[in-house]
Amino acid sequence: MNGEELTEQETALYDRQIRVWGVDAQRRLSKSHVFVSGLKGTAVEFCKNIVLAGVGSLVLNDDNPATGEALAANFLIPFDENMGGEGSLAELCCDSLKDFNPMVHVSVEKGDLSTFGVDFFEKFDVVVISCCSLAAKKSVNEKCRKLSKRVAFYTVDCRDSCGEIFVDLQNYSYAKKKVDETVQCQLQYPSFEEAIAIPWRSLPRRVAKLYFAMRVVERFEDVEKRRPGETSIADLPNVMKLRNELCLAHSLNESQIPDSLLERLVVSTKEFPPVSAVLGESSARLFEVIKAISGKGDPLKNFFFFDAVDGKGVIEDISTS
Amino acid sequence: MEHLSAIKGAKVLMVGAGGIGCELLKTLALSGFQDIHIIDMDTIEVSNLNRQFLFRQSHVGQSKAKVAREAVLRFRPQISITPYHANVKDSDFNVDFFKQFSVVLNGLDNLDARRHVNRLCLAADVPLVESGTTGFLGQVTVHIKGRTECYECQPKPAPKTYPVCTITSTPSKFVHCIVWAKDLLFAKLFGDKNQDNDLNVRSNDSASSSDHSEDVFERKKDEDFEQYAKRIYDHVFGHNIESALSNEETWKNRNKPRPIYVKDVLSDEIQQNGNVDKTPATDNSSMLSAMAYLGLKNPQDIWSLKENSRVFFAALKLFFSKRQKEIGNLSFDKDDHLAVEFVTAAANIRAASFGIPLHSLFEAKGIAGNIVHAVATTNAIIAGLIVIEAIKVLQNDSKSCRMTYCLEHPSRKMLLMPVEPFEPNKACYVCSETPLVLEVNTHRAKLRDVVEKIVTSKLGMNLPLITHGSGLLYEVGDDLEEDMVANYAANLEKVLSELPYAITGGTMIQVEDLQQELVCNINIKHREEFDEEKEPDGMVLHGWTQAPAAENKDTATSSSNNGASTSSTSTTLVPTDMEEDDELTILETGIETIAAGKKRKLSDVSNSETPIPTDDKRAKKIAEHAEDDVVVMLDDEKKNSR
Ligand SMILES: [Zn+2]
Repeated sequence: MNGEELTEQETALYDRQIRVWGVDAQRRLSKSHVFVSGLKGTAVEFCKNIVLAGVGSLVLNDDNPATGEALAANFLIPFDENMGGEGSLAELCCDSLKDFNPMVHVSVEKGDLSTFGVDFFEKFDVVVISCCSLAAKKSVNEKCRKLSKRVAFYTVDCRDSCGEIFVDLQNYSYAKKKVDETVQCQLQYPSFEEAIAIPWRSLPRRVAKLYFAMRVVERFEDVEKRRPGETSIADLPNVMKLRNELCLAHSLNESQIPDSLLERLVVSTKEFPPVSAVLGESSARLFEVIKAISGKGDPLKNFFFFDAVDGKGVIEDISTS
Repeated sequence: MEHLSAIKGAKVLMVGAGGIGCELLKTLALSGFQDIHIIDMDTIEVSNLNRQFLFRQSHVGQSKAKVAREAVLRFRPQISITPYHANVKDSDFNVDFFKQFSVVLNGLDNLDARRHVNRLCLAADVPLVESGTTGFLGQVTVHIKGRTECYECQPKPAPKTYPVCTITSTPSKFVHCIVWAKDLLFAKLFGDKNQDNDLNVRSNDSASSSDHSEDVFERKKDEDFEQYAKRIYDHVFGHNIESALSNEETWKNRNKPRPIYVKDVLSDEIQQNGNVDKTPATDNSSMLSAMAYLGLKNPQDIWSLKENSRVFFAALKLFFSKRQKEIGNLSFDKDDHLAVEFVTAAANIRAASFGIPLHSLFEAKGIAGNIVHAVATTNAIIAGLIVIEAIKVLQNDSKSCRMTYCLEHPSRKMLLMPVEPFEPNKACYVCSETPLVLEVNTHRAKLRDVVEKIVTSKLGMNLPLITHGSGLLYEVGDDLEEDMVANYAANLEKVLSELPYAITGGTMIQVEDLQQELVCNINIKHREEFDEEKEPDGMVLHGWTQAPAAENKDTATSSSNNGASTSSTSTTLVPTDMEEDDELTILETGIETIAAGKKRKLSDVSNSETPIPTDDKRAKKIAEHAEDDVVVMLDDEKKNSR
């Protein structure tokens, strides 16, 4: 028991989930420190859940003002007719989240994500970024990897009725229970940069098409210096052109990235709330599974895709090994 | 987004504002739904707070439906949410009520209510999106009359039942001890004295001592409390075991239990145990705790036999000294802390007697309290999927509707697995008009037996009406004439063949629920004998879609115990989180089959303890669908590009 027992209050509050994953897991959960940047609908779902589940602390980062569109997908911020200028998204979400579970320490870190140095991330066990540029994803991921301790890195993105989760647990070892023995397993995760650099031809057959489509759009936004989600129907011809170039370079059949899928990603960039719920909660769940339940199945490696159109939630292992 | 107009114009009914309900209401509001009605009879409890995120500590005790509405209006004040703090089975929620909705979304936690809503949706011809979760598993299904199967087209596994002798005489698992402590001992000591109770059922003829034992639970005039408590302890854990041991036959192939008496465990201690008056005075009976009184802190700890005995006495004492008024009409409630303590201690002492491993209060509470294991993320994912399916239904795009399973471990790379819905089952007595067959001894069974064992419990009817030819035999309702009520009451006590419109072999009766607008025809087949072990109801209903229970095997041979048990209470309901769990049992077999890539495995499963009659076909379909994946994707893309 390590001499640290859950308090009576904790046992009562977390009763139902302890029944699923046990006391030790709950204790581990309550010692983990999490950073989340980019507070749109999907990330907000994630935050809600890890706060309810009882993580140790949560630091929020998003200096954007709480304007109409940001509010539309956010159930953490009370509606106010005179909204505007009353604090950043992170600040407003922080107030609500604190209220969700007084036992979790929730705070705000102001500033641009790209300005945070390697040392900044040392405080955390888990770093989650959402709605970020390609450059930001690569750079934050690299900073996490430079630390001597292992910091789990996640990206979560939702566009229209589909989305993607990426996970980097670096070098992850875990105990796995076989019939009557426990074996130690090792998983080697690639960084985001390494993963997306893998030639498309060498990926397993029938990889989710969404993987390729997301790479095309991400690349387009990067080249055109757009903010994430800053695309419209007018961009479609250029996005398709980029698709063709990439497919040629990777010798992949263009039909693997259908026009219709690209159109959805480019045109309606808004998060569709039920899909945000599925994605945000799936990421919270993957996080819980990894943090909490060792020895029960393998942790996710390393992409998760969901598309409401076909209804599938698929895990893809996109790594060299 | 073309779905916006469909969403804006929709009027939806949510049933349940609990784990799934909170998430669902939030996601509906964010997705742009404008007119949401929500029914839930429950009030908020502390253990809801970790996942039912619309609720706070300060809301404990208030209506879930009402508090959920207020919480959502805080971020979406423009929309209309109508809460009903009521039971969905109330007569106000009739077919006309259901007809006003475009779609009904279920976030329920029990089979009974699910069946009821299913019938109303069928009668009102309103599509139903149904859901359930257990731990990391969950599922969403779509039920559209005439197009897809209804909720009751497939067998719903029965709640586990145990022969009464397993509970009273030959427990082999901890759950048996819990059932004994909760349904027999607790009920005997604190519940309604007039209820039948098998606590003293013995394995052999013990007429002489059973007369005597009738009085054991009555506190004698001027009897000192210590004396009384010790007498109960010695009787249930000592003498009862002793007399069970006297039946050698029972223990031929079993380990003999050990009688436990107070003197062996506690010596003189209980007398010195101070008095309960030193516990803080409180009016709130839910705050009373034997653990606190004894200085036991951690509910995860497994207490020793001695500690369990001390908890037993302390809890008994607190009940008799502080909650005297409630005695005689208490029933077990998992949120009644003192009751949980008492049941845990009693079950553990019994377990010790039978060499069954002891359990912590935390574990015992889970077993006794019918607690559904829940994780917030699963509920939220399922709620998102419900909204996605609801939108398809509202766009009249029922062809793209899917049943979706949320899995704990990926199967064919999928954590969320969509499957094409099944067609209605032509033999389903709920959504098609296939008659049922009832085998019954028409010269011995009373109408009451048919009403209680068949109409209410198996057919799940709420307000039944039974007719035979043109004659009305039985009816339930608020607006009945007095003489009719008397007439029906008299009918209940009559044997079937002696009713005014005699029910005999070869006749057909009609059973109808006016609220559910469900009519079932039942063909009667006379049969003389029934097997008490295998057919404890004394009658058998065919064509009814509930899978047989699994558990009875280990005691099937102990027929020597039967003489003493009364047929009216020959089985005891065991509290497991059956509804949500059991559906998922079916699911898991299906999925396992796919994951292992060998369909054979399933037949092993269906030949095993739990017969799942139609599952083979279903699992195959799931497997085929999963293999199909390329085709499915192309299909959907075509649709999308249009
Ligand atoms: Zn049916």
